[in-house]
Amino acid sequence: MGLEPTETGTKAVKLLQSPAVRVGLSISIATGLYGVSFGALSVTSGLDFWQTMALSLLLFSGGSQFAFIGVVAGGGSGIAAMSAATLLGMRNGIYGMQLNALLHPTGWRRYVAAQVTIDESTATSSGQTDPDEQRRGFWTAGIGIYILWNLFTAVGALAGSGLGDPKQWGLDGAAVAAFLALLWPRLKGREPAAIAVVCALATVLAVPFVPAGVPILIAAVVAALIGWFSHGRSDEGLEPDVDPYDTHHGGRDKNRDTHRDLHGEGHGQAGKAGT
Amino acid sequence: MNLWIWLLLACVLAYAWKLVGYFVPATLLKDPRMSRIAGTMTIGLLASLTIVNTVASGPTLAADARLGALGAAAVALVCRAPFLVVVVVGAGAAALLRLIGWN
Repeated sequence: MGLEPTETGTKAVKLLQSPAVRVGLSISIATGLYGVSFGALSVTSGLDFWQTMALSLLLFSGGSQFAFIGVVAGGGSGIAAMSAATLLGMRNGIYGMQLNALLHPTGWRRYVAAQVTIDESTATSSGQTDPDEQRRGFWTAGIGIYILWNLFTAVGALAGSGLGDPKQWGLDGAAVAAFLALLWPRLKGREPAAIAVVCALATVLAVPFVPAGVPILIAAVVAALIGWFSHGRSDEGLEPDVDPYDTHHGGRDKNRDTHRDLHGEGHGQAGKAGT
Repeated sequence: MNLWIWLLLACVLAYAWKLVGYFVPATLLKDPRMSRIAGTMTIGLLASLTIVNTVASGPTLAADARLGALGAAAVALVCRAPFLVVVVVGAGAAALLRLIGWN
């Protein structure tokens, strides 16, 4: 009995020596912190404190949460906000398939794993090669980000509601910057940049003719059609907002390749997509 | 109250996407088309959200301080600034431009 605390102590030390746990913890802090900007922008775009918290606790997917408040801030309807958030959440289904094949969670763990299946937890896990490390990376990043993201959303929401006129503080500019920062890591190469430009153009052309929020859905349809009819990389656009193996890890390129391989399972078959 | 309904529905659907991934047969993963659409749609939606928040004012297009925020954010991203810094730079640019009279 007297030995137990030391045993758990050594276990904790061993856990901290795991590269996946370390990467998971640093990605948790980096991602969790920007929950502040979500919280502040959410309350200034017209949602109340509990609506903001519901998005972080229940929806829990950065891009979709920003999409929801972005549509509301632009005067769009609730249904348009819901549609944009839902379409943006499709990639989490793809991540779920990949993680299920990697980690094989069973029983109740499957339902918990699903909730913390996001860009960053998937990237942390699939950047590792050892199955145990993949599992540790996924859970550390998933649960770590969940806790910190919600904590910092609350901080941002409380700070944001005391700000007065949001335009005076340039918070509409902050929203623009946040969306560009979410888009940026996905623009690797000429093709994704072209998709972004085409969809931005479609949006601008649609704005004067349809109700607020709808131009975003039109852009989504355009993007889906491009995806359906063209044969590019099958993992395009499926990069995390904050790359866990970018600045925190020396072996970036090696890890990056592993990450690519896992994401692009269908790579070799891309050309046969139509058959 | 109305917004609550759509918000909670969005939460349910988001969880449904995530869960579906764990229950569909692994063979579906071999079809690259679904994954490709999920990816192109992510790019398209984020590009659209960026531009809408920059130039749309309800049903009209406007060139205001938000364009400056877009430019400043792009510069910050080229300099590999972390997410939170990019957001603060965007806010600062818009606030500063308003202060000197460009709405």
